[in-house]
Amino acid sequence: MASQDIVRHDAGSRSSFLNDPKIRGLIYQTVLFVLLVAFVYWIVGNTIENLRRANIASGFGFLNNRAGFDISQSMIEYSSDSRYSRALVVGLLNTLLVAVTGIVTASIMGFLIGVGRLANNWLIRKICMVYVEIFRNIPPLLVIFFWYFGVISVLPAPRDSVQLPLSSFLNNRGFFLPKAVWGEGAWLILVGLVVAIAMVWFVVHRARKRQEATGQQFPVLWTSAGLIVGLPLLAFALAGFPLTFEIPTKSTFNLVGGFQIKPEFLALYLALSFYTAAFIAEIVRAGILGVSKGQSEASFALGLRSRQALRLVIVPQAMRIVIPPLTSQYLNLTKNSSLAIAIGFPDLVAVGGTILNQTGQSIEIVAIWMVIYLGISLLTSLFMNWFNAKMALVER
Amino acid sequence: MEHDVSYVRTEMVNAQAAPASERGVVKWLRENLVATPMDAILTIISIALLVYFLPSALRWLFIDAQWSGSDRSFCATVAQGGAQPDGWSGACWAFVKAKYEQFLFGRYTISERWRVVLVGAMFVALFVPLLIPRAPYKLANAFLLFVVLPIVSFFLLVGGYFGLPRVETQLWGGLMVTLVLSFVAIAVSLPLGILLALGRRSDMPVIKMFSVIFIETVRGVPLVTVLFMASVMLPLFLPAGVTFDKFLRALIGVALFAAAYMAEVVRGGLQAIPKGQYEGADSLGLSYWQKTGLIVLPQALKLVIPGIVNTFIGIFKDTSLVYIIGMFDLLGIIRQNFADATWATAQTPMTGLIFAGFVFWVFCFGMSRYSIYMERRLDTGYRR
Amino acid sequence: MNKTVKVVLGVAALGFAASTASAATLDDVKAKGFVQCGVNTALAGFSAPDDKGDWKGLDVDLCRAVAAAVFGDATKVKFTPTNAKERFTALQSGEIDLLSRNTTWTLSRDTSLGFNFAGVNYYDGQGFMINAKKLPGVNSALQLSGASVCVQSGTTTELNLADYFKANNLEYNPVVFEKLEEVNAAYDAGRCDAYTTDQSGLYSIRLTLAAPDDHIVLPEIISKEPLGPAVRQGDDQWFDIVKWSLYAMVLAEEYGITQANVDEMKNSPNPDIKRILGTEADSKLGTDLGLSNDWVVNIIKAVGNYGESFERNVGQGSPLKIARGLNALWTKGGLQYAMPIR
Repeated sequence: MASQDIVRHDAGSRSSFLNDPKIRGLIYQTVLFVLLVAFVYWIVGNTIENLRRANIASGFGFLNNRAGFDISQSMIEYSSDSRYSRALVVGLLNTLLVAVTGIVTASIMGFLIGVGRLANNWLIRKICMVYVEIFRNIPPLLVIFFWYFGVISVLPAPRDSVQLPLSSFLNNRGFFLPKAVWGEGAWLILVGLVVAIAMVWFVVHRARKRQEATGQQFPVLWTSAGLIVGLPLLAFALAGFPLTFEIPTKSTFNLVGGFQIKPEFLALYLALSFYTAAFIAEIVRAGILGVSKGQSEASFALGLRSRQALRLVIVPQAMRIVIPPLTSQYLNLTKNSSLAIAIGFPDLVAVGGTILNQTGQSIEIVAIWMVIYLGISLLTSLFMNWFNAKMALVER
Repeated sequence: MEHDVSYVRTEMVNAQAAPASERGVVKWLRENLVATPMDAILTIISIALLVYFLPSALRWLFIDAQWSGSDRSFCATVAQGGAQPDGWSGACWAFVKAKYEQFLFGRYTISERWRVVLVGAMFVALFVPLLIPRAPYKLANAFLLFVVLPIVSFFLLVGGYFGLPRVETQLWGGLMVTLVLSFVAIAVSLPLGILLALGRRSDMPVIKMFSVIFIETVRGVPLVTVLFMASVMLPLFLPAGVTFDKFLRALIGVALFAAAYMAEVVRGGLQAIPKGQYEGADSLGLSYWQKTGLIVLPQALKLVIPGIVNTFIGIFKDTSLVYIIGMFDLLGIIRQNFADATWATAQTPMTGLIFAGFVFWVFCFGMSRYSIYMERRLDTGYRR
Repeated sequence: MNKTVKVVLGVAALGFAASTASAATLDDVKAKGFVQCGVNTALAGFSAPDDKGDWKGLDVDLCRAVAAAVFGDATKVKFTPTNAKERFTALQSGEIDLLSRNTTWTLSRDTSLGFNFAGVNYYDGQGFMINAKKLPGVNSALQLSGASVCVQSGTTTELNLADYFKANNLEYNPVVFEKLEEVNAAYDAGRCDAYTTDQSGLYSIRLTLAAPDDHIVLPEIISKEPLGPAVRQGDDQWFDIVKWSLYAMVLAEEYGITQANVDEMKNSPNPDIKRILGTEADSKLGTDLGLSNDWVVNIIKAVGNYGESFERNVGQGSPLKIARGLNALWTKGGLQYAMPIR
């Protein structure tokens, strides 16, 4: 700051060192620092005293103890004999699962609705606007309750399940799909996929080289799609169609077998997707509006078709406007997934809460929550910053 | 000009109306609904969906809805043990009607509810003039609203002084809790957020560091964990026996959380102020606080009004999370009433949630519309 | 920042922040003029507010008994509804003086959580409830293989459930919620086939369901759940007061002292009754405890003896209609056995 350059006429006689901004700054900082240290010291002192008085063991040793409780949904093997640390990992994976699926769905929905708000079609525009205005202005917890209590819990009981095509069932215990059971030789399909991806990479590379050298274009998209679908299919046929389906069947209590999506997950996933999509739609809209009209006019003048103009000119520029706020929406969705606790989906916070209850180790559990969420935030930010830098305008 | 060429008309042709396809309803329909084949298809699909859903939604909401009744039998079908014919489905507004006092006040002592109403009336009386740009005495008004009203409300709502019976905060609930929490969190988070934003842009490393760590930590974690921390850990941080009211703990959690988000919004505004403004203020010999208060903040805050209001809306919506730590705000108390055996029917949850959603929506939508209005009004036109 | 801190502290000082306690809980309680008692948020029969917002229940009566013993006035008690997660920190931090919230007495709670359990005011065991109308033919917990079971998280119930199904080699699907109200709602909505918690709880919850008569409690008891009041470790005087308040209620039942006849009983020649009611000449049993000598009289006048409290809240005089069973006096084949006051 430049304020130290001001010379006052009467400064000579009365100016004390207190008027020097540097020294003053130092004093402010020292005061804040001392206050902070005193505050932290006070809190830590109180906490230690309280823990000692209440005879609570502290430290992270409890993580190696037997958990003793079961978790309804787990992506890794888990039983009540597992340790607390493993229970937390189960919770973390569930958080990530709902976050990733939610982000993908919310992005697709948000993109469609955002484009819809700018459509020429009046009806589509209004429908998208109503959607955005509704979901932006109600709490996410309400959306979760809406799906869980309003929709899923009023579905029929397992014995009167709603039968959907492809032997799938819908009832108040969730969504039941046939489970694919891969037979012998299924690994060939995976090999086919890997080979296809490698070939696509090669084709893209060559096509670009050729276009740069000769200006001739090559139908990259269709070739890649053909390769990625075709090769695994070929492998599937060669292996003798090693695929059977396990169809859910009724038993005394529930449907058994098949692939089950629990209602808690379903409600949380739908709610987070619907809620966040409204925000993403607004971001996408702002991004598209942010690209000046001259850009599309110029690309038409160059003879690009409207799809080409969109893909090569408009979207890359809109992306630059979209990415930073999109990152924070992704993080918001991840953080909002902690609302799972309200409907009993075993995410990190819910599992941590159970452990907190059983062990009384509140400080340790809250610390674990904070570190993990901060870590997720940091990693996502780093990735998106990298992506942003890659997409950023290269000025020459 | 006169002329004598016979094949040239001597008078102007009357202006003709545009072709039928280029005017009025037809033009509008053509351009807005069926401009391209794709548009036509989309329009047909949309209309089909609307025709499918809208009438049944309206029927459920209004026509088939049960508007009055004293217990669940009015909203349940015969098979569910009620009086409605089988296959009936409709909103159970009787539930909202029977419970609306609880939705407003929670379990606040019934004979003392006039105090809440009084606070609400004072709030409206002070708040509405503040929103109308032409109303006079803004400064006195703001002082009354942000300094006098909170103090008066505190004594009125909590009681225990001046002969008013004390009403424990655990009895508070419903919309009242939502509004008190949001008002206090909003009122606290704005100044706190401004200080944090200034701290983050400060030249003093310790202050900057403190602000950065606080803002980033709080923004990195979900509100639920902050609330858990406030409800489960805060008691351990205090000396033995000093206890904080649970309501106050939630209030602190929400306010600190909101302040971190507010700080980032304000920082955006601060960064958008051209350097010349800072230098101009310095050259006039203004002190740091004069410069900040008179030159920088008025411009910066004006720039970020949409962001600030968005944060307000966020805070308002986030207050619903206190349900998770066992307090009953509007959403919480409605949720709690789903389990009330006198009213538990298949229709109750949906009815309650739609009611809660409507109330939240009215407040949030109102805030966002007002911000758009203010933004236009304050726009001095020097942005692009 | 500083401004806000000041505001917050100001508000706190004005009256939100309640008390500053020291080691002697009794002195604090006397100084502030009431007992702060942690109870369940809503469990009919044990602790739940009635229509007028008055707390009622077996656990609540114990709180009132302690208040009556300390102040001679059972209304000098305030209730803090706590959920399963908050209850322990609330007691540890001194927010409440006494936790009377159907809490199971276990070794780890006694040791690592730093509590002392003052006795058992309800001997319970964990059971299962099912909807007999929807699941005809199920009459044993062993038939629950493959069922979805609703349970409240963070309770001993959740652990017993896991152990029971593991021990019997049965599959099940836990449906876990944080709050009791949520578990009730989920079970009532048919999200799960069975509900498990303490049997007393099952009877209480059954009443709140839409169609109570459709639901039956299965006969199996899969655990021991001694429920009792807890206080902080390290304050023996307060621990004694709570412990003996409970014993006094049980003893009063044993000697036939009731709310109605307590004044007559003061004239009883029976030396045991004289000791209990503090009418013996130069009695100092009450003062030794830090209370007045008529402390038992105050308790019985306020809430009645244990049997009366039981019948009124959970027994035949209540909608729950739970039989005394294990909670009958030791003289009648139950487990309620109070140490003698002498």
